Amino acid sequence: MIQLTVNGTPRRVDVEPDTPLLWALRDTLLLTGTKYGCGSGLCGACTVHVNGQPTRSCITPVADVAGKKITTIEVADSSRVGRAVQEAWRKLDVVQCGYCQSGQIMSAVSLLSTKKRPTDADIDAAMAGNLCRCATYVRIRAAIHEAAKALA
Amino acid sequence: MNNPIQNLSRRGFLQGAAGLTLGLSLPAFAAKAGAAAAQAAAPFEPTPFLRIGADNSVTVLSKHLEMGQGTYTGLATIVAEELDAAWPQVKVEGAPADAKRFNNLAFGPMQGTGGSTAMANSWDQLRQTGATARAMLVSAAARRWNVAAAEISVREGVVSHAASKRKATFGELAEAAAAEAVPASVTLKDPKDFRLIGKHASRKDSFAKTNGSAQFTQDVHLPGMLVAVVARSPRFGGKPKSFDAGKARAIKGVVDVVAIPGGVAVLAKDTWTAKKGRDALSVEWDDSAAFKLGTDEMLARYQALGQTPGLVARKDGDANAALAGAAKVLGASYDFPYLAHAAMEPMNCVIQRTADGLEVWNGEQFHTVDQGALAAMFGIPVDKVNIHTLYAGGSFGRRASTAVDYIREAGSIVKALGEQGTHAKAPVKLVWMREDDMKAGYYRPMFHHRLEATLDADGSIRAWRHRLVGQSIAKGSPFEAFMIKDGVDGLSVEGAASLPYAIPNLQVELHTPADIDVPVLWWRSVGSTHTAYSTETFLDRLAVEGGQDPVALRLKLLAKHPRHAAVLRLAADKAGWGTPLPKGKAGERRGRGVAVHESFHSFVAQVAEVTVAADGSVKVDRIVAAVDCGMAINPDNVRAQIEGSVGFALSAALHGEITLKDGVVEQGNFGEYAPIRINEMPRVDVHIVASAEKPTGIGEPGVPPVAPAVANAIAAATGKWLTRMPFLTEQLKA
Repeated sequence: MIQLTVNGTPRRVDVEPDTPLLWALRDTLLLTGTKYGCGSGLCGACTVHVNGQPTRSCITPVADVAGKKITTIEVADSSRVGRAVQEAWRKLDVVQCGYCQSGQIMSAVSLLSTKKRPTDADIDAAMAGNLCRCATYVRIRAAIHEAAKALA
Repeated sequence: MNNPIQNLSRRGFLQGAAGLTLGLSLPAFAAKAGAAAAQAAAPFEPTPFLRIGADNSVTVLSKHLEMGQGTYTGLATIVAEELDAAWPQVKVEGAPADAKRFNNLAFGPMQGTGGSTAMANSWDQLRQTGATARAMLVSAAARRWNVAAAEISVREGVVSHAASKRKATFGELAEAAAAEAVPASVTLKDPKDFRLIGKHASRKDSFAKTNGSAQFTQDVHLPGMLVAVVARSPRFGGKPKSFDAGKARAIKGVVDVVAIPGGVAVLAKDTWTAKKGRDALSVEWDDSAAFKLGTDEMLARYQALGQTPGLVARKDGDANAALAGAAKVLGASYDFPYLAHAAMEPMNCVIQRTADGLEVWNGEQFHTVDQGALAAMFGIPVDKVNIHTLYAGGSFGRRASTAVDYIREAGSIVKALGEQGTHAKAPVKLVWMREDDMKAGYYRPMFHHRLEATLDADGSIRAWRHRLVGQSIAKGSPFEAFMIKDGVDGLSVEGAASLPYAIPNLQVELHTPADIDVPVLWWRSVGSTHTAYSTETFLDRLAVEGGQDPVALRLKLLAKHPRHAAVLRLAADKAGWGTPLPKGKAGERRGRGVAVHESFHSFVAQVAEVTVAADGSVKVDRIVAAVDCGMAINPDNVRAQIEGSVGFALSAALHGEITLKDGVVEQGNFGEYAPIRINEMPRVDVHIVASAEKPTGIGEPGVPPVAPAVANAIAAATGKWLTRMPFLTEQLKA
């Protein structure tokens, strides 16, 4: 049994300690908003926040995050920045297939939590770890600017 | 286009509807099926595509898969327009598999999504649906209020009678409307009265896809479900000879191991354990019948074939004679690799055996093909295979598998469990890891092209001969009879055999190597992924060699193709064609290039602006696109699809390549097969031609012009013509 704090709630997961956090979230806690894309930290679809830091959950053993605060897309709307990002995403209709967008949003929330008015270069640097095969990148950039404006 | 509405009795709709409601018990899946059936008291269902509930909800049933292309939103827009519904009250659900009600009118008697046909084949059908429902709601209101139907108006989901100041919502009228006779004919709106079509209607899936609640196949969890991860032969056509599952079975949580035709499946209660079990298998493969060539050897063979005449796909005049007698002939060869679709959601599928059939959960793109294949595999009637269509995390053609490959694999696991009597009724979720997905084949076929053309002193082109060498997608598939004519697969030569330019002597030839056993499939824009590149870069080369402006030469040769010409003019105009580009930094070379291409009855021209650095690296700064896709149902989605197409096509131009060595695929994950990232994404400006033509496709037509426009821009900047994809940028060093 490993003790986690997920979205503000203590949760116990009965998995092997080497199990990636991703699969504990998805298959054990049924928090399926966080997605599997590559299993190697290459695509960012699995991005969650661990103690506020954007983290690739597919390469993070669950034992390493015991006792830490894990935040997933399911509660993105519980923070002001998270709500602004979601609203910007909806206003600009960023999504296409949508599979990578949980990870995109979690990365964008991290960026805007540390940089209030990111430039295009800041956005490219912060978001380059998140692949989107539909290439919604034009709108991701625009939506981050939109959210920054709404938060100003 | 046939209109099924008038051919179906109300009884037929309602009978169909009961099963339909059962089939759509998402997201709680099987557990809530009974409750959903109980709720299905008396929704108003004027056609199989629409359900209006007493709760005032308007639910559009989409016969097409939503895989990102915006089809749910587009189809709902058509219904809502003729119905005069309020956009927020409209919801969309995926329809179940049923060729009788939900076939693709462009495909014949099959239900499926592809070829950018969703809007075109649904346009009349869904306008009729909306207008029929509206007429029945109006009839019901007229009867209830005892007024003339002609005095009643409908706006934003409210039916009203101005003189008596009476109003009712759709929900209040739904039950009464269901009792009205289906009108024999209805009047459709004059397009000038459209309030949603051609205006802004927000995506229906934006909310669920921004809070983690959207349901993909990967997200299905059912009571007692087992996850399967499979060990497959490293070579196409290999089989397991023997295997030792001892280590796999010793892993805590591994539930079962079964042999299936192409491999060995490990089942566990969760994905990670199943993967660990799969990785712990020791399998000896029988490669005696496997494909063992490498792509280098294949390429040499393709290039040699390109020197010889192939089957004729198009012949105007006598290109061979004109080439033989010409003073100046230009030639070029082009090579295109295999490409993986690499959708963000790797292939997966959930299947559960029931008492007399199967329940299937899938990002379902080829409903009736997959349904029929599973029915045959299990020896059950087709209507006992109930498919729940979920969102697909991308597809780009991959989920429209002619061989039904991954679904058959899931079926074979369920079957094997049944035969050995363990976990026979457990739902099985087949999960492919990224590497499984990358290595599984069903690629855009590798192609070689050889082009030759005459160039007269005045720059005119009298002859053009185009030879293509590559595998057939249609061969051996259910589409062979429709798509292969006289040995020529139309999918191999589309865009080449349909070259629009006025060249009097034109010949297109095809070689289809028969002994290449790499599975191939359609990949977003299919044949045009390679034909647009070779034709549009070769034409540019002829323009430059002949001292002509690339836009002017194209316009001269497109006199009989006004829609091509119009998008070309619009893109050139908006991009400032003919004006100098701002200079780059020291050592940088900049260039502008153009391409135009028709695919799926839509016309797209693009102007690319690029910067080439001293080390040869290429940055695409901007793409200016002009689009004619008939009437743009949702202009914002047209823009979104062009933006996405640019990124998708650039991934192939700059990085994408699947190679084989001794029959083994060399790429496994996004490190070796790299879609572009946000820092490589150019600015994209989209201009839509105003059109009264019926809507055509937009999911694919944005892809083909991107790579040739960029290559032509690179040539303008550097004088070098790139003839291979992905681009070899070392050639571009200053």
